[in-house]
Amino acid sequence: MLELIKPTNYDFMGKRFIAYGLTTLIALVGLVAIIAHHGPRYSIDFTGGTLIEVRFTPAVPANDLRQQLDKIGYGDSEIQEVGTGGDIMIRARASEGGKALQWEPIQAALSKAFPNTKIERLNEELVGPKIGGELKGKALWAIFWSLGLILIYVGIRYDFRFAVGGVIALFHDLFIVFGLCVLFNKEFSLTVLAAFLTLAGYSVNDTVVVFDRIREVMSKGYRREDLASIMNTSINQTLSRTIITSLTVFLSVLALYLVGGQVLHDFAFAMLIGVISGTYSSIFVASAFVLDWTRLTGKKSTPAPAAPAKKAAKSA
Amino acid sequence: MLSRYWKLALLILLLAWSAYELYPSVQYYTMSEASMKAMAPEKLQALKDKSMKLGLDLQGGMHLVLEVDRSKLSEADAKDAIDRAEQILRSRIDQFGVSEPLIQKQGEDRIVVELPGLLDEGRAKNLIGQTGLLEFKIVKTDDEAKQAFERADQWLVANGKATVPATASRTDSSLAQHPLSGRLATAAQAQAFVEAADVEAVRALLAALPDSVLPPGTQFAESAKEQTLSGSGRSGRFLYVLNRTAEMTGAAISTARMAPNLDPERPGAPGVSISMTGRGTAQFARVTRENVQRFMAIVLDNRVYTAPVIREPIPSGNASITGSFSDQEATDLAIVLKAGALPAPVRVIEERTVGPTLGRDSIHAGLMASLLGALLVILFMVIYYRGSGLIAIFTLFLNILFLLAGLTQIHSTLTLPGIAGVALTIGMSVDANVLIFERLREEMKAGRSVRTAIDLGFKRAWRTIIDAHVTTLITAVVLMLVGTGTVKGFGVTLTIGLLANIYTAVFVCRMVFDWIGSKRDLETLSI
Repeated sequence: MLELIKPTNYDFMGKRFIAYGLTTLIALVGLVAIIAHHGPRYSIDFTGGTLIEVRFTPAVPANDLRQQLDKIGYGDSEIQEVGTGGDIMIRARASEGGKALQWEPIQAALSKAFPNTKIERLNEELVGPKIGGELKGKALWAIFWSLGLILIYVGIRYDFRFAVGGVIALFHDLFIVFGLCVLFNKEFSLTVLAAFLTLAGYSVNDTVVVFDRIREVMSKGYRREDLASIMNTSINQTLSRTIITSLTVFLSVLALYLVGGQVLHDFAFAMLIGVISGTYSSIFVASAFVLDWTRLTGKKSTPAPAAPAKKAAKSA
Repeated sequence: MLSRYWKLALLILLLAWSAYELYPSVQYYTMSEASMKAMAPEKLQALKDKSMKLGLDLQGGMHLVLEVDRSKLSEADAKDAIDRAEQILRSRIDQFGVSEPLIQKQGEDRIVVELPGLLDEGRAKNLIGQTGLLEFKIVKTDDEAKQAFERADQWLVANGKATVPATASRTDSSLAQHPLSGRLATAAQAQAFVEAADVEAVRALLAALPDSVLPPGTQFAESAKEQTLSGSGRSGRFLYVLNRTAEMTGAAISTARMAPNLDPERPGAPGVSISMTGRGTAQFARVTRENVQRFMAIVLDNRVYTAPVIREPIPSGNASITGSFSDQEATDLAIVLKAGALPAPVRVIEERTVGPTLGRDSIHAGLMASLLGALLVILFMVIYYRGSGLIAIFTLFLNILFLLAGLTQIHSTLTLPGIAGVALTIGMSVDANVLIFERLREEMKAGRSVRTAIDLGFKRAWRTIIDAHVTTLITAVVLMLVGTGTVKGFGVTLTIGLLANIYTAVFVCRMVFDWIGSKRDLETLSI
């Protein structure tokens, strides 16, 4: 058998402080980014406003475009180069008080200013304030229900400290992805939100695989001092499947990121970071948290924990 | 425990169902242009109906959400308003000629309109957005008009509204006394002309003017389009002084159509020819009889299209609207008149238009990404798990097949995020296989025989697979239920993909392994 991950015996628990450090570092970077950018860049789905995506063949420098738009009163709109070949996205966000974009005058002005260029409108969107508010509301519902149901599920499935560990790993992942998305100035649209929620589900998914094994081992009884080594063993044993399952998802998301086109680009970026973070948190963060919590709350040697034996025996 | 043959029968049944569901799509989307033209339209349409529907972000087209402003309607009218608005819009859009438009009420006061494959959305928005209220109003005499202008000027001066920047051709003092009439290029008459440069200022002045200032039953109205003052070559707009009350409205019209040559002064120019209902004809005959030698303004949504003189009574109930129309404008006006006026103004509160280029690009990108993803995953699985990897690929193929068939069955619309969902399903579905295979490897390393390993491996992995699917399913279902538009498509795809995965990655995979295990007493397993 080809084995990428030979039976290992890494001391994950021993190294957990390095992991804490690394996580804190990345989280800080994310936090700084969020503060520096004044929060994420919301798409017009949430802020309301108008958007027009134009393709210029050959490409037109963004500054020239800005000049022309300024002349017809659209100087406040956001101009962004997207994709690779001369596609430009023009946005006027209602929350920033820009004048609503209208294609006819823009097309007229641009055709005059750039006579030898083919100007093609790819995409146009208008989100009125009412709809923007509704979409925001729906987004919040989606977040509330997803996270809520996931928390309930984890709470039922595991005893308290594991549930908390899993939840911490989940929020850790979401925050890291959020921070890096802000750092790289990605736009938060409904699709990106979908990526976040999918990652939420997937992150817990990953963590569950590790926890199942830990529980299986713990069911045989242990002494508190051995908890760290039990966790190590469990993680080492499940390392292969944790990494490989993440790898397969990573490969398909990578394909989306590389060739999936610019509409899905931000979505794919978030998923990519999320899958990596999810694996990382399942290995280093979740169990480490449970370990330290147990140590801090001073439990002595424990007999078989609350989960019924037959449930534990059936887990992979 | 289902016997092996029942399990096989189920699988074959599902395969047959999938083939049945997907065949029309395969046929439809791989047809060449020529064969499309060759097929009878109803057959083609039927085929398209059975195929997978593509979202607007993939085929290009326009999505609009309109809000009907019911604030000025009475209670009774308000309840009806949205139904009538939907009907009228449907009629307009039908005449416009878009294939497979979607027009649907949403809630109490919204209408969703989807026009796939639409190329000219400026025109469509115009057609849909205009209220379309046609009114016939008599133009005041010049004396009456002069009075109206005087009163307007007096009020504007008295209320300090005269201070608007002057143009070069007038002196400040004349404008100070006559802010409104001073800006006219002609005398203060019933059909006055305002030069283009002054139009904004005049509009501002008129907007500031309260209705009560004018003589009773009088109103100002602007011409709908820019025009040229004959003899001087200057362009601008006409300002009319009209009766406030309409003699007749568009309700009197039974049909309208675009026709050329209606205006003797403009041979070949397109216009709109209208015919009236029985009652309308009688009304029209009376109005024209009572107002011979007066001008009758034809007003659409408070803009005057034309104001011809009534030379003689018109008993026929036929009239024409002429002006400087393009063919398209005349056609669209005819459409609006024929369909009728909307009961209340509508406003576009959401619009998403995707051009065909982006649509094609998106389909291409989506397919490429899915194929590339599948390729990477296949390569990995085969290299890492060898023979069993091949089995996993087989179940993956079934997974996607059932997913696509399921989407077609429930008439779900495939969007770009939906395709992303397919790509994601590809990556996630082999996870289940991996969990089983890793467990199998573990059992075999622990020294168990192949048969036992298979047994135990599947049994023990089952629990974890269910757990792993639950959390991802939770978010997929939430996105499916709460999501709108393209995101909803993502939720649906992921949900169906995950559910299908449970069957293919566990049950079908088990079937294959059992079959292998039964062939001969295996010593080793290619895994």
